[in-house]
Amino acid sequence: MSITSKDVEHVANLARLELTDAEKEKFTEQLNAILKYAEKLNGLDTESVEPTSHVLPITNVMRADERRESLPVEKVLLNAPDDEDGQFKVPAVLE
Amino acid sequence: MSEPNKYETVVGLEVHVELHTESKIFCGCSTAFGAPPNTHTCPVCLGHPGVLPVLNRQAVEYAMKAAMALNCTIADISKFDRKNYFYPDSPKAYQISQYDKPIGENGWIDIEVNGETKRIGITRLHLEEDAGKLTHVDGGYASLVDFNRVGTPLVEIVSEPDIRTPEEAKAYLEKLKAIMLYCEVSDVKMEEGSLRCDANISLRPYGQKEFGTRAELKNMNSFRGVQRGLEYEQFRQAEILDSGGEVVQETRRFDDALGKSFSMRGKEEAHDYRYFPDPDLVRLHISEEWKASVRATIPELPDARKARYTFEYSLPSYDAEVITSSKKLADFFEESLGYTKDAKAVANWIMGDLLGYLNANGLELSDVKITGQGLGEMIGLLEKGTISGKIAKTVFKSMLETGKRPQQIVEEQGLVQISDEGALVGIVNQIVEANPQSVEDYRAGKEKAIGFLVGQIMKETKGKANPALVNKLLLERLK
Repeated sequence: MSITSKDVEHVANLARLELTDAEKEKFTEQLNAILKYAEKLNGLDTESVEPTSHVLPITNVMRADERRESLPVEKVLLNAPDDEDGQFKVPAVLE
Repeated sequence: MSEPNKYETVVGLEVHVELHTESKIFCGCSTAFGAPPNTHTCPVCLGHPGVLPVLNRQAVEYAMKAAMALNCTIADISKFDRKNYFYPDSPKAYQISQYDKPIGENGWIDIEVNGETKRIGITRLHLEEDAGKLTHVDGGYASLVDFNRVGTPLVEIVSEPDIRTPEEAKAYLEKLKAIMLYCEVSDVKMEEGSLRCDANISLRPYGQKEFGTRAELKNMNSFRGVQRGLEYEQFRQAEILDSGGEVVQETRRFDDALGKSFSMRGKEEAHDYRYFPDPDLVRLHISEEWKASVRATIPELPDARKARYTFEYSLPSYDAEVITSSKKLADFFEESLGYTKDAKAVANWIMGDLLGYLNANGLELSDVKITGQGLGEMIGLLEKGTISGKIAKTVFKSMLETGKRPQQIVEEQGLVQISDEGALVGIVNQIVEANPQSVEDYRAGKEKAIGFLVGQIMKETKGKANPALVNKLLLERLK
């Protein structure tokens, strides 16, 4: 499996990243190098190994269904690029 | 126009149901509906850097309960994944959902359409967090974002493509709603968005095995809307196929007011969600003991209750279906039966006067004050002849508004039926003497004239005269 410049463009687009042609070339190379490194795993027999989704040997970390204080709206909106009527105001995304 | 029955419709539904926990799925913010914008938010649900989500145990148990009620197999190991997309309703730019290890899989429910029972498969039920709410302003150039709903726990229930008609889709949703209400995991208010539905729909010529190309239909905000949206889409796709065209795989938005669906362009890319395990949330191990303790909380479900009503109370299947469609209504019905043995009479009052009143006024059972006990006792008064059917209507209305016991209403308003011959004879005589023309008409063979006389007597007694007794006395007097 190898990554083409088109794959890099696609992923960059999904991540809303704008890349120059030089960057595309550089990342294509780097991503391929990473994949190649990971391909070493193909040399191992993983038939009876469960896929690892977490490295921590713990399960079932949960909390009780209890309400806690929320943030005051003034603080909530401190990170808003713009706000109106207690709400975040953003450019519309047209569908 | 396409000729009918040329194509078979294939529908699969994706339903989102909000779980009514007190707090959000990964933080302690309130899930209450209708608060001022952004007052139920915190660094966790706003997706600030460095925060850690902690799973709400109640949300997991509600999801398990719902999955069990839908006859799903519950996972032994479940986990959470990130579904990545950019949209202003999602502050983290990903939604925490479940990809390959949902809480439940391979379930089913039975629906009834035109008197026939049909089983609809449930592919999976998984747990995820809800997104925020957008309001478009400035002529559509800007959006206001309210993040109160972000992080409200949801279950997404995906059906198999087993649904064949818009009516079946509606019946499926109604059954799903009833089951969720019975399990008390959600209040399922479509107008508050606590149940939302998307549909995948395709057409294929009868006899063809492969599915046709499907369209995904969104934005149907009532059960009726789902039915209408699917009817429109059936028609639209049939026209395309008839003219030799090809249906495009796309997402379409249904406009309820216009009764049409519109293509939502530019969404193809967005379907590449790049799921991966959420490193902030450890795996869930669902033990047999945990499963058993949740299973023990599932009440008798609508199908079982319906079967019991037809068997135990000899109710017609239709009556049993209507009454068991809501747990509150079924509980009300059973409460009434503690005070009268006449199940059919209780069913008639519920389906006629009670549901008629609620539907006409857009109310729910919890909005009116009448109790099951009140209705049962009122039917008891009818059986004993204390009140007439006509007075019962007045008593019923008064119970809806005041919640008082029927006996008290009857006494306070002096509604006791006059069943005393001595008291009625005088009035009968008086009315007969005052209306010689009607008496003459009746004696001349105009049977209808007696109706007028009965009416006058009822009017004189303010509807309290025992109608059977009035008839008897009047006939004797006119002999």
